[in-house]
Amino acid sequence: MSVKGGPLQRAEGRLLRVTSFDFTRKIARINWFFVALVVLLGGVGALSLYSATGAFDPYAKRQLLRLAIGFALMLAIAFVDIRIIARLAWPLYAVSLVLLVMVLKFGSVGLGAERWLSIGGVAVQPSEFMKVALVLALAHWFRRASWERIGNPFFLLPPLAAILLPVVLILKEPNLGTALIVLAIGATTFFAAGVRWWSFALAFVLGGLAAPIAFAHLHGYQKARILTFLDPARDPLGAGYNIIQAKIALGSGGMWGQGLMHASQGRLDFLPEKETDFIFTLFAEQFGFVGSIALVGLLCLIVCTAGAIALSARHQFGRLVAFGIGMNFFLYVFVNLAMVMGLIPVGGVPLPLISYGGSALLTTMASFGILLSVQVHADADFTPKREGV
Amino acid sequence: MAREKPRLGVFTRRALILAAGQVGLFGLLGLRLYRLQVRDGAHYAILAKDNRVSARLLAPPRGEIHDRAGALLAGNKPHWRALLMVDGTPDATTDAKATLASFNRLVPLDAAERLRIQREIKAHRPFIPVLLRDFLSWDQMAALAVNAPALPGLVVDVGTTRLYPFGTTMAHLIGYVGPPTEAEVRASPVLALPGIRVGKAGVERGRNGALAGVPGMVRLEVNALGRVIRNLARNPGTPGETVRLHLDANLQSQAVARLASERSASAVLLELGSGAVRAIASTPSFDPTLFDTGLSARQWKAWMTDKRAPLLDKALAGIYAPGSTFKPVTALAGLTSGGISPGTRFFCPGYLDLGGHRYWCWEHGGHGWLDLPSAICQSCDVFFYHTALATGIDRIAAMARRLGIGVPPEIDIPGAASGFVPTREWRRAHGKAWTLGETVIHGIGQGFDQVTPLELAIMAARVATGRAISPRVAAAVGARALPETAFPELGIPESYLAIVRQGMREAVNNPLGTAYASRLTDPKMEMAGKTGSAEVVNLSKAEAAANFNTANLPWQFRPNALFIAFAPVASPRFATAVVVEHGHEGAEAAAPIAKVLMEAAFGMVAASSARVAGAPA
Repeated sequence: MSVKGGPLQRAEGRLLRVTSFDFTRKIARINWFFVALVVLLGGVGALSLYSATGAFDPYAKRQLLRLAIGFALMLAIAFVDIRIIARLAWPLYAVSLVLLVMVLKFGSVGLGAERWLSIGGVAVQPSEFMKVALVLALAHWFRRASWERIGNPFFLLPPLAAILLPVVLILKEPNLGTALIVLAIGATTFFAAGVRWWSFALAFVLGGLAAPIAFAHLHGYQKARILTFLDPARDPLGAGYNIIQAKIALGSGGMWGQGLMHASQGRLDFLPEKETDFIFTLFAEQFGFVGSIALVGLLCLIVCTAGAIALSARHQFGRLVAFGIGMNFFLYVFVNLAMVMGLIPVGGVPLPLISYGGSALLTTMASFGILLSVQVHADADFTPKREGV
Repeated sequence: MAREKPRLGVFTRRALILAAGQVGLFGLLGLRLYRLQVRDGAHYAILAKDNRVSARLLAPPRGEIHDRAGALLAGNKPHWRALLMVDGTPDATTDAKATLASFNRLVPLDAAERLRIQREIKAHRPFIPVLLRDFLSWDQMAALAVNAPALPGLVVDVGTTRLYPFGTTMAHLIGYVGPPTEAEVRASPVLALPGIRVGKAGVERGRNGALAGVPGMVRLEVNALGRVIRNLARNPGTPGETVRLHLDANLQSQAVARLASERSASAVLLELGSGAVRAIASTPSFDPTLFDTGLSARQWKAWMTDKRAPLLDKALAGIYAPGSTFKPVTALAGLTSGGISPGTRFFCPGYLDLGGHRYWCWEHGGHGWLDLPSAICQSCDVFFYHTALATGIDRIAAMARRLGIGVPPEIDIPGAASGFVPTREWRRAHGKAWTLGETVIHGIGQGFDQVTPLELAIMAARVATGRAISPRVAAAVGARALPETAFPELGIPESYLAIVRQGMREAVNNPLGTAYASRLTDPKMEMAGKTGSAEVVNLSKAEAAANFNTANLPWQFRPNALFIAFAPVASPRFATAVVVEHGHEGAEAAAPIAKVLMEAAFGMVAASSARVAGAPA
């Protein structure tokens, strides 16, 4: 950062950093544009769910309730001091890891994989929590690391372990899609933190060598997904059915769409999991190319805003957290949309804010709360008090 | 600040690189959307419509078959069948084994059925249910319905089966239905519809086109599970037409009841003028519904090994030596060719010696001098040996064909066989010269001569009327009556026919006649006829000379008994032919049946005129 202007600004490194924030100031610093985007997307999601059945029951009503709760959660977290969140990073990571282990031990089986854990009667997906917890943990690890330190491979071993541990656990569920997303979150956070290019080159080569071995160890259904992705016509009523029907629904939307409530494909149940993973097809059939591009544009704006918040933060923790949360959201959106459009193999990844589902929605909202908190507390002083000013 | 500066720079640079990647990937999604929705949108719109609209063919109800008075001979009845939804629908079973076990407690399945069901469950296609059991009884259906909660995935639905109220009584004539063969499905794909049946024999096959109807089509909006959301359009198709037969169910029942007293017999009764088949029966018979509802291997084997051939329509396709029933043919051939004249008389010493061989008359004592009517009356063999020699086999064969023997009969149902009368040409073609001795025995309907009971009835009808009468089974299809053919004159001089008829009249009504015991005493119903008895095994010369009593042979070696007749003599209305396999003598076994048939036929006339008289004007 180039130093411009007078002494006051020159001194910003220390003096303008604040240790406490008053409430009205916090409200003023909340990124209301981002909040509006979130509300808008939540509304689109509820509308799509309403159109799935033509009634508020059973999806739209519950989704609206969840959106309200999530919205409140997001704003509440936005007021929590980012330094408190930073302190909670590793404990949250540890809790998520324990939950992941518990899923493998006591989890309930859904669609052939253990992914859900029932806590007090509420089904939760610990892998969702882990994605946010991992971002926080990695950001915490790198928050004060110097450029030179990051160059030291031994410094990178603990965070590398922090990434691979949940990845292995999620793979065992087995949930290949989420495991790959967690891996990508870890990798991009490493990259943003300044880990050297050659590390990635090395990882890439090793990964390329390991891929054939990994494919041999995939579950039958995972192999089937990859193979049917390559040729959906292989089994039009079996595994290829989802891809074919999703493409038909999307394509029949045309330029302007069939119009609200006129989604023949979605309404007639041709779309599999239309209210969860495949909700985009329901929307796209009704609103066509124009509506779809608008929705993709809104999602892109969320990612861009998260990036802007990252760049506006004045502490490394905030930057990495904001960036990681934006990346997490982006990966969700991209994997879901690319899957629905037949660009990548099908894997159970919902479209955040739009798909029906509690765990993912609340985790997304909570992560957005942290994102807002980064901006609200952009000037927070992370200097350890013990070291003195 | 020192460590903040490079770190911030690196972060900013790298964040921008990744952001560029993110935006680029969003752009890729946009391109993909353009391709799917704009460029290929029309293509997917068509696919979507296909997805939504499902056209289903509706099997039309098969037409009924009625008798002349409208009695139901073949109809449809609904039956219940149990299906198991294995997947594809929300009500499908998740544990087929458990459902099968519960089903088995209510409706026991045998080992073969269980094997078939397990095979079909393993190989089933998505959304297509597996048939557990067809033709559930009412009790079974009720038991399944009551226990539905314990039978997840089980669906009881309605199919139709062919109903034959008269069962075995007219099974050969009506025929039966069965699933189409693969060749039939290839020719007409509509037949692939589940539950479709095609006529396999008899009227069911002969009139299949009218009975089948035209399949309808319903265009349905369906969801992915194949569940119907609503009907978009419905074309019910055309139900099969009702086919009304000339048959009189009551007369047929009486005929069968009488025939059933013989081990194996057949009879045909035609109404002259129209050629209407009023009764046509072959016993023993079979249950035609078995072909529709499933035939056990044991039943099939029993039919195939039965010497009485229950599946064969003996009236239409049973081939017999005509024996003496052939004599009117020889007589007319002789008269028309000039071989004999109406006044010709021959002396019967009880045999004819020809070429060193003695041909016996059945009456070894001889008949003395006989003219043609007396020869027919007493069925003298020697008279017809002489007639045949004077006429020649080729002329006899030509007359036989003129009277309907040895040519495929013109009848509107499939399966009619044709008999045979040899010619010199035929014999030569088989490498042998025709001998006079052969002419002699063919003159009395032995040797190579062959007829079917239907041909005998046609012959009797033609002799009675002098017209080329052919049998007609169907009277009307749907609302339109089938045109009645005006049968052409045969071109045989009436005087010749009159002499032959006179002989046949005496055969029944003269105390010397072979069928005197079976005469109809009411002068209004006076019957004329001709007996026949055809050996099925060659007797040795010694046996023939000793006047061997064939009644003592085992059943299957006894001669066949035949009888042809028409009535009333004054103005013939009915003609009949009766064949009793191994009945020994026509006069003894066949003529009494013809008598019953004729009486029943006159009773039928009385009943229908009473019905007409009693009907409101």
